[in-house]
Amino acid sequence: MSETPLIGDFSPAPDAGLSGARIGVITFPGTLDDVDAARAVRLAGGTAVNLWHGDHDLQQVDAVILPGGFSYGDYLRAGAISRFAPVMEQVIDGAKGGLPVLGICNGFQVLTEAHLLPGSMIKNNHLHFICRDQTLRVENNTTAWTSEYAAGSEIVVPLKNQDGQYVADEKTLDELEGEGRVVFRYVGVNPNGSRRDIAGITNAAGNVVGLMPHPEHAVEAGYGPDSSAFGPVGVRGGTDGLGIFTSVLKKIVGAN
Amino acid sequence: MPRIIVDVMPKPEILDPQGKAIAGALQRLGQTGFSAVRQGKRFELTVDGEVTEEILEQARHAAATLLSNPVIEDVTRVEVVKDATIGVSE
Repeated sequence: MSETPLIGDFSPAPDAGLSGARIGVITFPGTLDDVDAARAVRLAGGTAVNLWHGDHDLQQVDAVILPGGFSYGDYLRAGAISRFAPVMEQVIDGAKGGLPVLGICNGFQVLTEAHLLPGSMIKNNHLHFICRDQTLRVENNTTAWTSEYAAGSEIVVPLKNQDGQYVADEKTLDELEGEGRVVFRYVGVNPNGSRRDIAGITNAAGNVVGLMPHPEHAVEAGYGPDSSAFGPVGVRGGTDGLGIFTSVLKKIVGAN
Repeated sequence: MPRIIVDVMPKPEILDPQGKAIAGALQRLGQTGFSAVRQGKRFELTVDGEVTEEILEQARHAAATLLSNPVIEDVTRVEVVKDATIGVSE
């Protein structure tokens, strides 16, 4: 299904060869960003498949996105109850078998609760909900979700969360650094007190990635951040997040 | 009916932003006798009938898997209390 641009000046035509790649987007009770994540998949040229938390079924998708929001109202701990949702059995099995899995914000929290990624997120050190356009550095471009970026390049995407402070013990942090598994790092300011400015990480195999900021909100001119790390853009013209989605689509169809 | 109390606290080495905010509020209210506050969680698991060792073991398992995240929290108590003592003197 192709996506109609919401405003006139959206031009980059998706690569038609990517539409065969099917990306599942899971909806939990309280998920907010599933529609945006699915739209990002389509804008990148892929096919989005809606998945339901209560089903033991991934519908043979080629990759899975756990989107942001407040699944189960963040009751108990963010992601703690979602982690035991029926669909997570298939996600965990798939992830261990190499299925590309991306957790954004609350989805990242679900992946840490599911022990697919190490560490955890606690409340922001300043205790406030924060919403801002955030610059990140792509530290690792060898994961399933970051190959479209040059290593060390920067991107600007929205950040919006309350429980975004990444924590792990020193040994785990040293391992992540030593193995190149820090995928995204906050640049300029550390918005939430995350250890070592970490914004996103990957598992050892590179198929599972989690990050707190929201690349799916920076995929369409007119609805993105006011800036881009790649050069001047118009008002809300930032689309730096699109590469996350084209990365996995190209990997699936074997284009890179 | 008896209940099993499970207490969960943030690990000592993890910054507790909520506890810190509460400590600040106490200072502002003039209640200055406390140098720090840490905020945890208490769960009350109600049991119909007798608390057997098997049920207690289930509670310990629940405490370690669902009720706490071992990366950031410690289970500091799993204990059976009689109904009459809930919220009073246990």
